[in-house]
Amino acid sequence: MIETRALRKSFKTRGGSVEAVRGVDLSVGDGEVFGFLGPNGAGKTTTLRMLATLLEPDGGEATLAGVDLRRQPGEVRRRIGYVAQGGATWDDVTAREELVLQGRLYGMSKAQARERAAAAIAGFQLDSLADRKCKTYSGGQRRRVDIALGIVHQPRLLFLDEPTTGLDPQSRAYMWDEIRRLRDEGMTVFLTTHYLEEADALCDRIAIIDHGQVVAEGTPADLKREIAGDVVTLGMTNRVADAATVLKGEPYLRDAEQLESGLRLYVDQGATAMPQIMRALDAAGVEFASVQLHRPSLDDVFLAKTGRSLREDAA
Amino acid sequence: MKLLRDTWLVFARSMSLTLRQPVWVVVMLMQPLFFLLLFGPLLKPLFGDDAYKTFVPSLLVMLAMFSTMFVGFGLIAELRAGVIERMRVTPVSRLALLLGRAARDIAVLLFQAVVLVLLAIPFGLSVRAGPLLLTLALLAVIGLLCTSLSYAVSLILRSEDALAPLANAVSQPLLLLSGILLPLSLAPKWLQTIANFNPFAWAVDASKALFAGRLSDDSIWQSGIILGVLALLAVVWSARQFAKGVR
Repeated sequence: MIETRALRKSFKTRGGSVEAVRGVDLSVGDGEVFGFLGPNGAGKTTTLRMLATLLEPDGGEATLAGVDLRRQPGEVRRRIGYVAQGGATWDDVTAREELVLQGRLYGMSKAQARERAAAAIAGFQLDSLADRKCKTYSGGQRRRVDIALGIVHQPRLLFLDEPTTGLDPQSRAYMWDEIRRLRDEGMTVFLTTHYLEEADALCDRIAIIDHGQVVAEGTPADLKREIAGDVVTLGMTNRVADAATVLKGEPYLRDAEQLESGLRLYVDQGATAMPQIMRALDAAGVEFASVQLHRPSLDDVFLAKTGRSLREDAA
Repeated sequence: MKLLRDTWLVFARSMSLTLRQPVWVVVMLMQPLFFLLLFGPLLKPLFGDDAYKTFVPSLLVMLAMFSTMFVGFGLIAELRAGVIERMRVTPVSRLALLLGRAARDIAVLLFQAVVLVLLAIPFGLSVRAGPLLLTLALLAVIGLLCTSLSYAVSLILRSEDALAPLANAVSQPLLLLSGILLPLSLAPKWLQTIANFNPFAWAVDASKALFAGRLSDDSIWQSGIILGVLALLAVVWSARQFAKGVR
């Protein structure tokens, strides 16, 4: 559904030029929910806006739904839907008016547009509010209208930029269900997120983007499997650097990351490694604030690929 | 054909939004109305009974400049709401995104102009239908020029805080150098020379000639060509901004 090769974009700023996207290669299959995971400023939105024909790429190629992005942007527009992060409705009109207009802009006749608007309203359970002005909607309701606007012309491919950012947990769960429903109806969904749980729970495949480049791509399970073994996170009150030196070269240790006040250790077998770690550090006089043993999460994948934690970044 | 249809869609949408807040159409009419009521009487002792016959056509040009130069504010609000981005994702013609809005602004402008002319009749204004229609056509061209520029600049600046001082800085000298308030024939030579480069000064001359019934006056076709070419250039430039990657 999407193939990109070496997609690039840089922006001019006061200090010179910033490379927002530096050579993105992606391959998204039909009927997938594909997640684009990365911290703020990683190049997610810029990539998405290029694919949605809103921004001209500086270089590279892309094919969407069988159409060349750079040669036939008009044809791409007909086949895709795009929902921006910031919303897309005007305060003083109703959702139904917006949906009908959007259908008309996609070239539908008046009757067709009304019919599709009604179908979208029913599909997203907007019946009770579709004839009220948009300014009366809650954040979650507005987001539902935004997505309804993105699919009113029944595209085969839908882009969602941070579809659940700023939503309460209940609205987020509802949005996940809606996205799964669209996938089950045969739509390919390409979404960006900086929520690990969202990428893990919702996406069939994900790509991790950092500093404008894809650093990992695969199913969440595959990516986690790449990080073999277990993760031990130690919170310490003192001597973090010493602790790292003490453990260096231990046979059970695969990798170690120094955190702000502690260590993150990747080990083959948590159960056997843990007592040895404790003994070694205790002998070195390290005082612990917390000890955790867990299976690798997507955050660990992110950390291993980029050297940073997405959670710390978001905080 | 698609361009016409798309322009109509954008026009109908913008117009329906305007009609929901008709108070702004009236507010924009206040400035020329104040000039008509509070400044016009000052001219009467200076220029005699024909004062309104020269002042009202000038006021119409001023209305055309000021009612359209600030339309970018509405566009910035739409940009912020994400409406422009949403429209740009569809296959709608980029030119129609501009022309539909400009058509709405011009329709509002022509309505205001007719109201202004009607209100001036009790003060002794008289004008024939033909010249009035020609004047309205000239106003429409001015409107197209100013709205296109206003929209293009808004798309580049994306901020009301930047647009307001810029629009003021541009419109004030254009107003003073147009001979709208007082005829430029009173001005010293150097001021007249500068005013010759002001397209709106030509429009003022033309609309005055039209209202006076001097249909063969050269300023009429000259201002039509000058403003027509400028408007065309502004439309091309502005439509490019709509097509570019604006947020």
